[in-house]
Amino acid sequence: MRRPPKENEESTRGITRRGLLLGTAWLAFGTGLAARMRYLQVDQADQFRLLADENRIKDRLIAPARGLIWDRNGLPLATNEQNYRVVMVREEAGDPEEALDKLSELIPMTENDRAKALKAVMDRAPHVPVAVADRLTWEEVSAIAVNGPALPGITPEVGLSRSYPVAEDLCHVVGYVGPVSDYDLSRIEDQDPLLQIPKFQIGKSGAENKLERQLRGQAGNVRNEVNAGGRIIRELDRREGIPGDNIQLTIDAPLQNYVQARLAGEAASAVVMDVETGDLLACGSVPTFDPNKFVRGISVADYGELTGNPLNPLQGKAVQGAYPPGSTFKMVTALAAMDAGLIDTEETIYCRGYTEVGGRRFHCWKHSGHGNMNLNQSLRNSCDIYYYDIAQRVGIEKISEMARRLGLGERHALPMSAVSSGLTPTKAWKLERRGAEWVIGDSLNASIGQGFVLASPMQLAVMTSRLATGRAVEPRIVKSVNSVEVPIEETPELGLNQNHLRAIRQGMFAVSNNRRGTAFRSRIAADGKELAGKTGTSQVSNNRVNNANVPWEQRDHALFVGFAPYDAPKYAVSVVVEHGGGGSKAAAPVARDILLFAMYGGFPPEDAYPSSARAKARQIRNNLELRDFDALRDESSQA
Amino acid sequence: MSYLEYQIKHTPTGLRKVLYLNWPLIVLLSTICGVGFMMLYSVAGGSFSPWAEPQMKRFAMGMVAMFIVAMVPIWFWRNMAAVAYLVSLLLLVAVELFGEVGMGAQRWINLGFMRLQPSELMKITVILLIAAYYDWLDVRKVSHPFWVLVPVLLILLPVGLVLRQPDLGTAILLITGGGIVMFAAGVSLWYFAGVIGSVIGIVVAVFKSRGTDWQLLKNYQYGRIDTFLDPSRDPLGGGYHITQSKIALGSGGWTGRGYMQGTQSRLNFLPEKHTDFIFTTLAEEFGFIGGISLLGLYLLVLLFCLAAAFQNKDRFASLMTIGVAATFFLFFAVNMSMVMGLAPVVGVPLPLVSYGGSAMLVILVAFGFVQSAYIHRPR
Repeated sequence: MRRPPKENEESTRGITRRGLLLGTAWLAFGTGLAARMRYLQVDQADQFRLLADENRIKDRLIAPARGLIWDRNGLPLATNEQNYRVVMVREEAGDPEEALDKLSELIPMTENDRAKALKAVMDRAPHVPVAVADRLTWEEVSAIAVNGPALPGITPEVGLSRSYPVAEDLCHVVGYVGPVSDYDLSRIEDQDPLLQIPKFQIGKSGAENKLERQLRGQAGNVRNEVNAGGRIIRELDRREGIPGDNIQLTIDAPLQNYVQARLAGEAASAVVMDVETGDLLACGSVPTFDPNKFVRGISVADYGELTGNPLNPLQGKAVQGAYPPGSTFKMVTALAAMDAGLIDTEETIYCRGYTEVGGRRFHCWKHSGHGNMNLNQSLRNSCDIYYYDIAQRVGIEKISEMARRLGLGERHALPMSAVSSGLTPTKAWKLERRGAEWVIGDSLNASIGQGFVLASPMQLAVMTSRLATGRAVEPRIVKSVNSVEVPIEETPELGLNQNHLRAIRQGMFAVSNNRRGTAFRSRIAADGKELAGKTGTSQVSNNRVNNANVPWEQRDHALFVGFAPYDAPKYAVSVVVEHGGGGSKAAAPVARDILLFAMYGGFPPEDAYPSSARAKARQIRNNLELRDFDALRDESSQA
Repeated sequence: MSYLEYQIKHTPTGLRKVLYLNWPLIVLLSTICGVGFMMLYSVAGGSFSPWAEPQMKRFAMGMVAMFIVAMVPIWFWRNMAAVAYLVSLLLLVAVELFGEVGMGAQRWINLGFMRLQPSELMKITVILLIAAYYDWLDVRKVSHPFWVLVPVLLILLPVGLVLRQPDLGTAILLITGGGIVMFAAGVSLWYFAGVIGSVIGIVVAVFKSRGTDWQLLKNYQYGRIDTFLDPSRDPLGGGYHITQSKIALGSGGWTGRGYMQGTQSRLNFLPEKHTDFIFTTLAEEFGFIGGISLLGLYLLVLLFCLAAAFQNKDRFASLMTIGVAATFFLFFAVNMSMVMGLAPVVGVPLPLVSYGGSAMLVILVAFGFVQSAYIHRPR
């Protein structure tokens, strides 16, 4: 087996040759690796650095505190309440089922709650805190805190949730918030990242909805470093959000509360307005609902009860309701005729109980007739024939134009849901919408606020304010934003003849102060606080019959508009009681009581009522259930 | 060939052998291991446990083994090559029958004090056997078809067993390692051209067979190839490894993010950051400079091995030294290609740096043979 040395040498040379080839190949490969390394680490470094940061940095939004809503005196209408809840971190809790069992010994938890909490915990990553119980009392939270060592992975937390201290009183005005839905996201145009937070609360109705942008505030931001499992390792940066604007409304909460209580039991609405500034002091609508229920998540049964109620509690009737104004519209017809110079204040028209126009007979509400009527008497007695007559002279176009000058048929810019524009009909409107020619009968109906004419209680209050002041008063509901008063603009004159206006006001005064006036029984007896107004009874059904004997939904609407004090007008009021019967009976006393409460800033002395009405007033007063605002006042003064 | 052929009187004896060790190679290997300890300390978040400390103990054990192997004359090892091959083969069969399951494959035998991976052992014994075979074979017969077929079969036998485990990475290493020794021994280049041609044919066949009943690879192996070819198509699944690995490498830039400052590894975005993907942590924390330095160290190891092989007149010693160098090259070349997105993820560790006992022990013992050949070279 011995190998000759020559062979050996040849072998070594061969190996060296092949070895050099191999070495060259290895070096080439190494160079290739180095080139690849350079490409990744030098040429593409910036891009990969960005990707690495994208991996590790996660931004989280901080929801700002929602702006508060106050009434004109600083009483809280919408607040952020501290809400105690319990969160659980699965990986710290050990067996989550056992942990929940222990927890349910300390706080009330139904089987359903427990199952929901367990599912929520198991659905998330083990290190993510998950809320397992919400809206706990301070006592329950204390119990959990005390038992902390026995409950690993379970910690109490404080969050903010929206609360409405006056509950039902302002549900239609303030509205309510709720978790943002897919539907909301599809509708909202702005791309605020806050809306992407699960269950983020946004305004769903009323001012909460219309003033959403102001109330919401701006998102803050926490920048965290996370690991591959999503666990937060440390906080890199934090930018606090900007809380939403605090908004003060023109609403007077105690007055609003009184209005709601006074209307309770009907399907009704009332608006109280400051005739000078246009401040809406009360925007009552009954029946109501508790907005707090919506924030917490209303049950199907409760919601069904609201939608199934024929009195329609979800509707804010003060601005959403549109009713035929009935005889409260007569001031408009009269002013239109006088403004056109077709009648003066003293001209009389004979009422024999009916008039014939175009072969059709139109009745006065008093079938036996009123006899000779001038303007003052026609308002006082609410004679229909007088208005049928002047309507034929002046025509629908001028009547509707006057209505719009007085604030009807126009959507006033208010941050409230579904504000109705009402309707002031014209010939063109009827042709377009109904496809029919205007007939003289339509003008006659419109002249007494029937037929096509529609107005919301808020519009009627605006009309009354304008009649009382002669100025183009605009309603407003936002008094201040972040304690900066919203300036009140000087309201322009309506440009109406002062004598005409005075005659109208005198007529309205007669309605409630002349022995023959339709609202004489609802007069105010206190000196210098006299009421001037107008009753209205608008037909719902064509067959005029005794209201007591027809079904509720066919009865007439009862209306009343008025202002006080007569000598120096301060407050305007409008009241609509759906299917309430006659305006003088169902609406005027309510309006009188509301004005008295507004003027006295509380219950009036008994001698403000005429002696005949005192017993009844006392009885009504004793049956009212009013909210105790002292507790709220204390709370707000502390804050 | 017996040891009597050597001029024994010129060969150092006893403890004097220590002076004749290839010391630069030992310093290079230790430096690479040191880099490994440093990186294992870093990926553990600045802690010796759970990886750096055991790795250091294994390094100590491996160095002792290397010295013992180096002290024994090379002709003894040459004569033992066939025995070692047979033992490795038996262990591979045993692992098939009694092996413990890990990572979805039967790969190791638990010896109590350590887990033995016979496939690791086989990587070095194949080199020894093929080198001994060509030492025995008449140089004029190396390109004779029959004498070419014999080593091919000797290589394919363990490859078949390893593929059953299934361990594609080791199979590739065995074939390529053995093939390089054959190449160095002077087998005609036509054979290699033929083999490369058939490999291309097989690759085509592998892709064609997919989804048919004669499918040649497991589905997960196809999956790895798919994600290698297009990592972005499954960024959170199989492609996650490659994507995150490239991000870590790339974000290192020129000088890296600083020792223990690599966000990708510290925050666990890197998979298997202490084993197969440890190079990405190094590249992230020390940048291009760090990566190129380690690559330089590896290439220096190859350089010293080739120099030792060229200056050794003994055919077995030269071939074996080249074979060890080739295996070492394949380890880091495949691993680095893999983490840089140039090769599919096949599960080959970075030699001497990745955490793992068997691999380190086998590599140090292999360099023990290189040292023995160096000490006992004919003078």
